[in-house]
Amino acid sequence: MAVASLRRSVLSLNRTLRGSWCQAPDLRPVCVSACQRTPERSSVHARNTFKVTMVPGDGVGPELMRAVREVFKAADVPVEFEEIHISEVHNMASEEKLDQLFTSVRNNGVAIKGKINNPMAYKGDLASYEMKLRRKLDLFANVVHVTSLPGYSTRHNSLDLVIIREQTEGEYSSLEHESVKGVIESLKIITREKSHRIAKFAFDYATKKGRSKVTAVHKANIMKLGDGLFLQSCAEVAKLYPKIKFENIIIDNCCMQLVRNPYQFDVLVMPNLYGNIIDNLAAGLVGGAGVVPGESYSDEYAVFETGARHPFAQAVGRNIANPTAMLLSAANMLRHLNLDYHSNMVSEAVKRVIKQGKVRTKDLGGYCTTEDFVRAVVNNLGHQSVY
Amino acid sequence: FLINRTCVFQPPPAKYGGQHTVTLIPGDGIGPELLNHVREVFRFSCVPVDFEVVNVNSSRADEDDINNAITAIRRNGVALKGNIETNHTMPPSFKSRNNLMRTSLDLYANMMHCQSLPGVQTRHKNIDIIIIRENTEGEYSSLEHESVSGVVESLKIITRLNSLRIADYAFRLAREKGRRRVTAVHKANIMKLGDGLFLQCCREVASGYPDITFDSMIVDNTTMQLVCKPQQFDVMVMPNLYGNVVSNVCAGLVGGPGLVPGANYGRDYAMFETATRNTGKSIANKNIANPTAMLLASCLLLDHLKLHEYATTIRNAILTTMNETRLHTPDIGGQGTTSEVVQSIMNIIQKTGPRTVAYY
Repeated sequence: MAVASLRRSVLSLNRTLRGSWCQAPDLRPVCVSACQRTPERSSVHARNTFKVTMVPGDGVGPELMRAVREVFKAADVPVEFEEIHISEVHNMASEEKLDQLFTSVRNNGVAIKGKINNPMAYKGDLASYEMKLRRKLDLFANVVHVTSLPGYSTRHNSLDLVIIREQTEGEYSSLEHESVKGVIESLKIITREKSHRIAKFAFDYATKKGRSKVTAVHKANIMKLGDGLFLQSCAEVAKLYPKIKFENIIIDNCCMQLVRNPYQFDVLVMPNLYGNIIDNLAAGLVGGAGVVPGESYSDEYAVFETGARHPFAQAVGRNIANPTAMLLSAANMLRHLNLDYHSNMVSEAVKRVIKQGKVRTKDLGGYCTTEDFVRAVVNNLGHQSVY
Repeated sequence: FLINRTCVFQPPPAKYGGQHTVTLIPGDGIGPELLNHVREVFRFSCVPVDFEVVNVNSSRADEDDINNAITAIRRNGVALKGNIETNHTMPPSFKSRNNLMRTSLDLYANMMHCQSLPGVQTRHKNIDIIIIRENTEGEYSSLEHESVSGVVESLKIITRLNSLRIADYAFRLAREKGRRRVTAVHKANIMKLGDGLFLQCCREVASGYPDITFDSMIVDNTTMQLVCKPQQFDVMVMPNLYGNVVSNVCAGLVGGPGLVPGANYGRDYAMFETATRNTGKSIANKNIANPTAMLLASCLLLDHLKLHEYATTIRNAILTTMNETRLHTPDIGGQGTTSEVVQSIMNIIQKTGPRTVAYY
């Protein structure tokens, strides 16, 4: 048949161009191989585009989202964004917008977001929009994979650790009251069910990614019942994973060890507030808030964002924000959507630009703007290295 | 059995970001290649299932591998497996790995739905039987001893609790699927106490389901009726060994071991495999095994995970492919290869399904 002969000729061409990179032809459908020079033409056919909710948020969020859009357009990624603009500080606080956001994420299943800033002053609602979002969608697990970027050396090189943080309870329960005038009580809630859930998530993540150790971070010497319950739940779940080592460490010791010898840690699991601190600490070890991607999972949904969540309001309009974190997070999102090829293309391009070291934004010690960086990433797309 | 006792709590299901995690045990013989095809079809159709592969080496005498597999299933709650070979020459202390999994996880009900598939030539048409087989006791209790030299006693255990449980499962399933009749298969004329207890438990449960007719049939008559007039049966429930025999007979009636999927359900866990549990050593790695049974088992898995649209898409693709006689594998009389069948299924999914991603 003509189709079969076309397939054979295309694949033989493919094989000569790329070496023995292509696998046995009988299991693959007919395709057009990617030309090495033009990154726009992809050798993937996805029948429909994937719909993803996009929430630019506040601060430099919109600029970072623009960067993501540009890179996706250049890489011809079959993803369509549904933008929802929501903000708590810019007089755009409205319940309908929030509901619209929930419905959108529920329909699409996947979202990419910037930071929605919360006002410092108490305006009548103890829970910020982000907390409401996390609770409503039950995004209980936040995963930040901290890896050193090749080509950018910091005080600690070749770092590779994963921080898993319980995101819906703990100190962020938004339960505060003034029982007696001048005396405020803030409730920290720890439940057995949620501790089991986050511990199981951590161990399942470790199993899936081939990690060997999970360390629970706590302060059970002081909060004997609260963090004690968390620790006990983690130990119970650990019994189901005989191949993965389980340890625990107190938060103060953990922070000190992270700055002296971070290589001893593999996967860390912890309640909400400690997670916030350790996320930012670890991000600082490898280059700052601009380089670490993060994602949040619930049973049904996945939301991709930066690891250390800062709106970075002082950089708005100055074109200096580092889009690396958001681009790497977008690449993770593509992997979650089963678009491995595009995911690798985007993340390889970003890593190559950083490795080459010519185009770097201000936070990594360079002089280039966000747009320069994005242009460099777009130019580096499609240059697949043959192993 | 140590693992069975130390697990104190039921973990939450392994579903994160919409992706389920399912334990995959390749097994021996044709298991690994068929399960690779299942993985490929799932990846192609963007099914939100991640497989955790746990290998069980059937030639090892220690139980570490199988305990790992059992723990993995306890974690994830669901498994898809190929058959693990049991070496007959090993000493009796070496238990069958498959049996060990079923008893440790208490997967008490084995369900097999035998349906005549369109496009497959068989001597009997319009067969639609559900066979429910007690999976943990009966003749498979692995309790044997040589009391006197040259005399071996094999114990068949029937308990009231397990019989009530399996009968209840059978009637509930019959009601759910809108079936009219449940037939209990037994040999109570000979094993008066053992199968008599089983029959009595079935009768007790039947009294709670007045809308479903209950009758019983002795196993020898059953097998004869199955080969003369299989259309008379609707749902059948039976202890372990008769279940093995009757399910293989029915699989033969509808076209062979390559066509029928099976499911093992317990209270907390579920395990999916082919119905007749063949290792298929003689046809391993020759690209001639029939992938239908394993793919239909994976559709049952998707139904269990409540991913019904994906299950229907893949099932329809399989049934459409069945109609093409030139794509039949040798076991149903054709000349096609496994890869051709799988490729055809993927093509149909691409035409009719929601979303697919293919590479290179």
